[in-house]
Amino acid sequence: MTESAVSGKIWIVTDKNGHLIENIDTDQIYHNAYLHITEKEKMGEYAFGNLEGWRDFPEKSSPGDILVVGRNFGAGSSRQQAVDCFSSLKIGAILSPSFGAIYFRNAVNSGFPVLRCSAIHQLVEEGKLETGDEIQVFFVSGKAMVINKNGSFHVLPMSDVQREIYAAGGLYNYGKIWNPV
Amino acid sequence: MPKTVIERIIQSHTQDEVAAGKIVWMDLDIRSARDFGGPNVVKSFEREYGDDAVQDKAKTFFTFDLCVPACSLKYADNQQVCREFARKQGIRVFDVDQGIGSHVLIEEGLALAGTTVVGTDSHLNILGAVDCFGQGMGDVDITFAFKTGKTWFEVPETLRVDIQGKFSSAATAKDLTLYILKRLGTERAALKAVEFYGKAVKDLSLAGRITLCSMVTEMAGIIGFIPEAPSHAEYADSVSIDVTGLTPQIAAPSSPENVFEVSALKGTKIDSGFIGSCTNGRTEDLAAAARILEGKKVKKGIMLKVVPATRRVYQEILDQGIMEILFSSGAIISNPGCGGCAEGHIGLTGIGEVQISTGNRNFAGKQGKGQTYLAGPEVVAASCVAGQILSPEDL
Repeated sequence: MTESAVSGKIWIVTDKNGHLIENIDTDQIYHNAYLHITEKEKMGEYAFGNLEGWRDFPEKSSPGDILVVGRNFGAGSSRQQAVDCFSSLKIGAILSPSFGAIYFRNAVNSGFPVLRCSAIHQLVEEGKLETGDEIQVFFVSGKAMVINKNGSFHVLPMSDVQREIYAAGGLYNYGKIWNPV
Repeated sequence: MPKTVIERIIQSHTQDEVAAGKIVWMDLDIRSARDFGGPNVVKSFEREYGDDAVQDKAKTFFTFDLCVPACSLKYADNQQVCREFARKQGIRVFDVDQGIGSHVLIEEGLALAGTTVVGTDSHLNILGAVDCFGQGMGDVDITFAFKTGKTWFEVPETLRVDIQGKFSSAATAKDLTLYILKRLGTERAALKAVEFYGKAVKDLSLAGRITLCSMVTEMAGIIGFIPEAPSHAEYADSVSIDVTGLTPQIAAPSSPENVFEVSALKGTKIDSGFIGSCTNGRTEDLAAAARILEGKKVKKGIMLKVVPATRRVYQEILDQGIMEILFSSGAIISNPGCGGCAEGHIGLTGIGEVQISTGNRNFAGKQGKGQTYLAGPEVVAASCVAGQILSPEDL
């Protein structure tokens, strides 16, 4: 299986006391007031628009950045915009100890890399992962490197299914290359 | 190692080795879309795949149950979009006369034990009542399922629930369900399959099994099953619940797990009642309500709305004289459908209105701006006669 990877500068989504914010729901990620917007390009400016301390995220993030977030990320509604707002900002990946089930499904279906890492709390507490660090994450092996600190950690490798959909650029495209046996 | 029920069903539909936590590709025996979600499936399918045929038209269905027959222009358009696509593709439509899709799939013998079914209904896991894998999904997933006949799925862990003791005849399948929901809340079963064991659940009729399995959604679970006997599979978690002495139960606004004994809320004034939904819309449910209402009248000023789950149920309540009893009591009886679970059919509430319903959800705003209590058909019927929340035995 071909290895693929994502690399970029990370943002650790913490509260004002520096703790990872848990259970960030889809209304904090992308508020229901903007559900009428259907063009993906316009969704980026509302990302984290209802998350205390993070409303300026769309201005301060750069394409390729990676988000490191608390557990149960994307709990709540099924809205696809809560994933699409990050692809609109060209965010490279989201790393979390766990995702809401529908959020995870939506992200995989749109070919957006969501990766599970049980060590995130420990890495953040011990200062081994800090906002601004440069990381590289390999999807198949699950190996992750903190380039500027010469450190490393592991994420749960993408399942074959998730990687195939990612490689195709999303579930719709995957349906086009689908070749039934 | 012995497998859990969900692992067994998924394993028989995939080449991949199945284990909890693993994501696999699985074959779908049935894929369906409703008048909600269906139009998006059609539009996405045509945009992405042009004039391609669906993978297997004999396994693909539309089931209209939400706004039936269409009472808004939007739904009229949306249903027609689906019908025209279905005509072009040779897909069968269970149209606006047929009733709740998940129930129709059971009645038609399409959702069978050991098979896999997906559709755009968050309560499609109701099919666990007939040992079938049923799962509600979004329109992206269903579009892909129409195109390929497959879906990807993360094999969930399984929670084993042992129901101890025997409950008295005063309590029903809905009371049992609400009590289990109270005990499990929305955390214990979250993202898990649930297997229910014990004499109390094994003795449930199909209608009772449907009631219990339908509310696994409200427990935040993936699906519930009532297997014959426990296997030696490895369960992620297990819990034992004693139902000895169970009395009628009711969920107060605004969450289904906010459950009390009916006696604790006795005397709460109501404006309306609703009997129906995928949780309590079977013939047996309407017959139970009729037994309470026979020879009695719904209190003046109270609306009692009854919606049979399917056309077959409609026929049965006509044949068995249940319709006559409900009508004579003053109830309003509509054609089959989903009822007031969402805007589109009868069962909605206005500001300040208090409704007692046999449905499965009472979230704020779900059925309108009023407040909704959830209970079984007998409690709803008795409360509508009294004009206040009441146990049937106190009528």
